[in-house]
Amino acid sequence: MTNSFLMRNPSTLWFLLGLSLFTIVVTALSDAGIGVMSTSFVKTLGKTLCLCLIAVAMDVVWGYCGILSLGHFAFFGIGGYAVGMWLMYARTEGIVLDSFASQTIPPTPQEVTDAIGNQIFGVVGSSEFPMIWAFSDSLILQLLLVVLVPGVLALLFGWLAFRSRVTGVYLSILTQAMTLALALYLFQNDSGLRGNNGLSGLQNIPGFEDTPQSTISLAFFYASALAVALGYVLFAWITSGKMGSVIKAIRDNESRVRFLGYHVESYKLFVFTITAVVAAIAGALYYPQAGIINPAEIAPIASIYLAVWVAIGGRGRLYGAVIGAAFVSLLSSWFTGGGAPAIPLGFYTIQWTDWWLVLLGLSFVAVTLYAPKGIGGLFDYLVRKPS
Amino acid sequence: MSTLLEVDGVSVSFDGFRAINNLSIQIGEPELRAVIGPNGAGKTTFMDIITGKTKPDEGRITWGDRNISLLGMSESEIAMEGIGRKFQKPTVFEDQTVRENLAMALRNPRGPFAVLFYKKTREGAARIEEIADEIGLSDSLTRKSGELSHGQKQWLEIGMLLAQDPRLLLVDEPAAGMTTAERELTTDLLKRAAETRAVVVVEHDMEFVRRLDCKVTVLHEGSVLAEGSLDHVTADQTVIDVYLGRS
Repeated sequence: MTNSFLMRNPSTLWFLLGLSLFTIVVTALSDAGIGVMSTSFVKTLGKTLCLCLIAVAMDVVWGYCGILSLGHFAFFGIGGYAVGMWLMYARTEGIVLDSFASQTIPPTPQEVTDAIGNQIFGVVGSSEFPMIWAFSDSLILQLLLVVLVPGVLALLFGWLAFRSRVTGVYLSILTQAMTLALALYLFQNDSGLRGNNGLSGLQNIPGFEDTPQSTISLAFFYASALAVALGYVLFAWITSGKMGSVIKAIRDNESRVRFLGYHVESYKLFVFTITAVVAAIAGALYYPQAGIINPAEIAPIASIYLAVWVAIGGRGRLYGAVIGAAFVSLLSSWFTGGGAPAIPLGFYTIQWTDWWLVLLGLSFVAVTLYAPKGIGGLFDYLVRKPS
Repeated sequence: MSTLLEVDGVSVSFDGFRAINNLSIQIGEPELRAVIGPNGAGKTTFMDIITGKTKPDEGRITWGDRNISLLGMSESEIAMEGIGRKFQKPTVFEDQTVRENLAMALRNPRGPFAVLFYKKTREGAARIEEIADEIGLSDSLTRKSGELSHGQKQWLEIGMLLAQDPRLLLVDEPAAGMTTAERELTTDLLKRAAETRAVVVVEHDMEFVRRLDCKVTVLHEGSVLAEGSLDHVTADQTVIDVYLGRS
């Protein structure tokens, strides 16, 4: 079935081919190959792939289903926190056990737990493990939480919002409020997630202490590429066929779809929840590569960037979202990372670290006004059928 | 002919304005019925109430052989009961092909998972061909419906109604903006549909109503002013005063 589905969707096949080629090229250039690509750049590319994955999810919920969610980065962040809790716990446990190893009297389990708690929560003046860390010693359970927490949150939030028929800009504001509330909560020191310190040291994978970061970075790069591939195929499948028809129809005229007998709210809830789960998976892969997660990552502005990427890349086509996320986020790190040369105007010097956001904002306005199909729209010229 | 839909003493107000005032109307099956009336007579609100878009303040609406109440049902549930609606402005999904539009309307399970795992069937394809033929769009199945002419969009929407296979079709001004030739085809379509089901047509155009050649209900200020053949109601002095007298 999948086979015939891929055959009927050549753009998905082309995407998978391009992604495979990209993976091979990066491997060849990295330390595993000729070694001209730095480990940190491999991580940047791996992180970019995760951003592409959440952008594809955003495109499905916004570009296909018409729900401008300004909350999907919150799900991304929750995914990161869920996996980060295990990373931090397991690594701290290792360090603590090492330090006890030199003692002649073996420590009691309580002493070990206290020492771990002290290490992790000392920064917020506590050593108690909060309730939400109950499963942090189990990788499997934390991975389950990666999908369960955002899934349940999206389901509940979506059920309340869609059932009350909140649509359009009001829904966007509501999702933004949810994101802001979550970020503000996490900023508190007693939130149980180390307040504004967030979780750090996530690039050190417990059990792989002796593995060089160059190898770990490649492993995460592959995992991210695989996740993008699977996510892309999943969403290509969902947005094709009759399901795609119905969700696009909901975007274009929701009440007409109701009179056709479709329960619009169920469809929105389905799309909102499944994209939230995929966003969380993307986050769970992103933060071990970034090494640190803090509440600022979840702030509403991140979700707004996400919408900007999708708009610039081209809404309503999955590869457009990938292009937009990759292009804009890489460009953004080039400009803000000091890669772009400052432009001296004599009376004033344009520093791109300050002016990049202005440029991004102007591009967003320009794309919205003059090229609503985004960068992905260029492909229409390539494959235009002779008429 | 048995009664399919019974609207009994229904009233609805918007901000103190009584759009529908103690309205009672019965539709049989099969039947072709025209509903006419001046602007603001409550024709569209009448359809909104039946299809669940507007909740009435009082009154009863009973449906079908088991006399179930439509009040309290959602739009999609009412649609699944077998009431299809065509809007005044043609509302087809312009970004999608004629085939996709019709496929969406086909009578099939409507749940998200049923739709996600939906497989095209030969019967479905045949039914789409059949409907496309009936509405004169056989050659346009693969075209984006946004490219169709105004009249063709109206037919596509009627075709989508037929694909839903409803027992009652509510059709709001199907002839608006059509050429004379297009109107004739539309009349035929509706008359044929009314052979096996109930069809209620809201229309302004008296010439079109005359061609439908059916029972006519005149609405005025939210209630029924007169009912009967077109000749009967147009001879009615009160109808002439409130409606025909103005035009």
